[in-house]
Amino acid sequence: MRSVRALALLPFLALLVGPFFVNRVTPYVFGMPFLLAWLVAWILLTAAIMAVIFRLDPANRDESE
Amino acid sequence: MNGALIGIAGAVILALGLGFLARRGQQMGLEQWTVAGRSFGAPLVFLLMAGEIYTTFTFLGGSGFAYGRGGPAYYILCYATLAYVMSYFLLPPIWRYARDNGLYSQSDFFIRKYDSPALGILVSLVGIVALIPYLVLQFKGLGIIVEIAGYGAIASTPAVWIGAAVATAYVMVSGVRGAAWTSVAKDAMILLAVVFLGIYFPLHYYGGLGAMFAAIEEVKPGFTVLPAHGESVWWFSSTVLLTVLGFYMWPHAFASIYTARNTRVIRLNAVFLPIYQLILLFVFFAGFAAILQVPGLKGTDVDLALFKLSVKTFDPWVVGLIGAAGVLTALVPGSMILTAAATLFANNLYRVADRSADDARVLRIAKLVVPLVALVAIYFTLRGGQTIVALLLMGYSFVTQLFPALVLSLPRNSWVTREGAAAGIVAGVATVAAVSLTHTTIGTLFPSLPAEIKELNVGIVALAVNIVVLIAFSAGTKLAAARNRRVVRVSAPPSRLA
Repeated sequence: MRSVRALALLPFLALLVGPFFVNRVTPYVFGMPFLLAWLVAWILLTAAIMAVIFRLDPANRDESE
Repeated sequence: MNGALIGIAGAVILALGLGFLARRGQQMGLEQWTVAGRSFGAPLVFLLMAGEIYTTFTFLGGSGFAYGRGGPAYYILCYATLAYVMSYFLLPPIWRYARDNGLYSQSDFFIRKYDSPALGILVSLVGIVALIPYLVLQFKGLGIIVEIAGYGAIASTPAVWIGAAVATAYVMVSGVRGAAWTSVAKDAMILLAVVFLGIYFPLHYYGGLGAMFAAIEEVKPGFTVLPAHGESVWWFSSTVLLTVLGFYMWPHAFASIYTARNTRVIRLNAVFLPIYQLILLFVFFAGFAAILQVPGLKGTDVDLALFKLSVKTFDPWVVGLIGAAGVLTALVPGSMILTAAATLFANNLYRVADRSADDARVLRIAKLVVPLVALVAIYFTLRGGQTIVALLLMGYSFVTQLFPALVLSLPRNSWVTREGAAAGIVAGVATVAAVSLTHTTIGTLFPSLPAEIKELNVGIVALAVNIVVLIAFSAGTKLAAARNRRVVRVSAPPSRLA
């Protein structure tokens, strides 16, 4: 399941390329400008993605390393 | 003594107490002092790595950036998040190599990988030159916080001296353990202070987050997103990318990798650090709230926004608590920087000059260097000048130049030679210095390029120069070595005949 590591590319796409498409104030999401809400959502998704990678990556089975 | 000063004094005493306690039960050898015997579990490594984010630069600068420039401040949220993603893959091989070879500092890594003490000296010098302005920034922030939050009872100059003395004292006694333990207090206080302010200010002054952003949009349309020109999306994306690459290249950040007990600790932290990063969001909310409440701050004064609004809003004792949190955000990173700079000096500069030095002597030298580094930083802090942020950004660009030589050294059979690594770093650093001192932008270098490209962070140019030189010199030294071998082979038979 090492291929699951490829998921780590998604945050880079979302935070480096995403802003080109979502650089706008409206619609407000939870009171925040849309750009900020997009970034915040992706930071949360990043944590979720890293949790999935951590869980499935065989590298984390070995306690001594 | 007013109510606010009691809180601030309490924070200083707390830091000193925790810093000294951290030593308990440990034999302070060089490995303990510099990398805590590679014994830290996930929580302490987490705090050390998070400790580098929540410095006075984010506390004062983050809110000030949101206040003064709006949307572009979001880049701070993004770069650390992506740096943590990168850490999952980048840090475990570094940690493993450091453990197997008993490394203490960032320079040790380059020395061992490229088998070149000279490269270690170069990397140490880059590190120390970059660290000093970072330390100056912490001291400067400390002075500002004590002066404003203490209602002027203590001027910033004595505050800087006291703060520097406290950090120096516990670093000399406890090394990196002192920094880790004080991080616990710092992060607890900063978390409470920032979340409270980020929620309270928008509610109190505007009736809610949405109302606040709508009010700002009315007065300054488009202020809360990226502007079309200047700090545009192109600037944003390139700046985030550059700072991600530089993130772990700071000597103190690099050394905090070594403190981990195993690589699992490092990977687990890559899951939680992005969420922790969201606390910065509340720093931005506080900064945005100040825009319409304490308007008119200009230039470097934007960094005062959070505290000006706090003083306007709260009783002195609350301001004191916020000030206490702020003081810790200066002391803790300050103590990590002191440890890292002293280790670099003793382990990678002094040891080269005095090859007979054992670990005990290197540790003694490191401890003696701590107050000297602090004095240099105090000198630059009190000498003043408004170029601190410029210096910090220059420091960031400096350490980023270490990235190509580091990453390319990781594969087992790297094609990068020590000459290539050194030449790349020198070329990159020289480009950064030239660009910073002459205020060059991509626009002034290449006036004919489209506007979007001109807005890219100019650090990209330095990195590109670095990589080109690295490849050219590596190829050059490889070719020269191959030719020498051939010459030796051709000339060998006659000598055998004779």
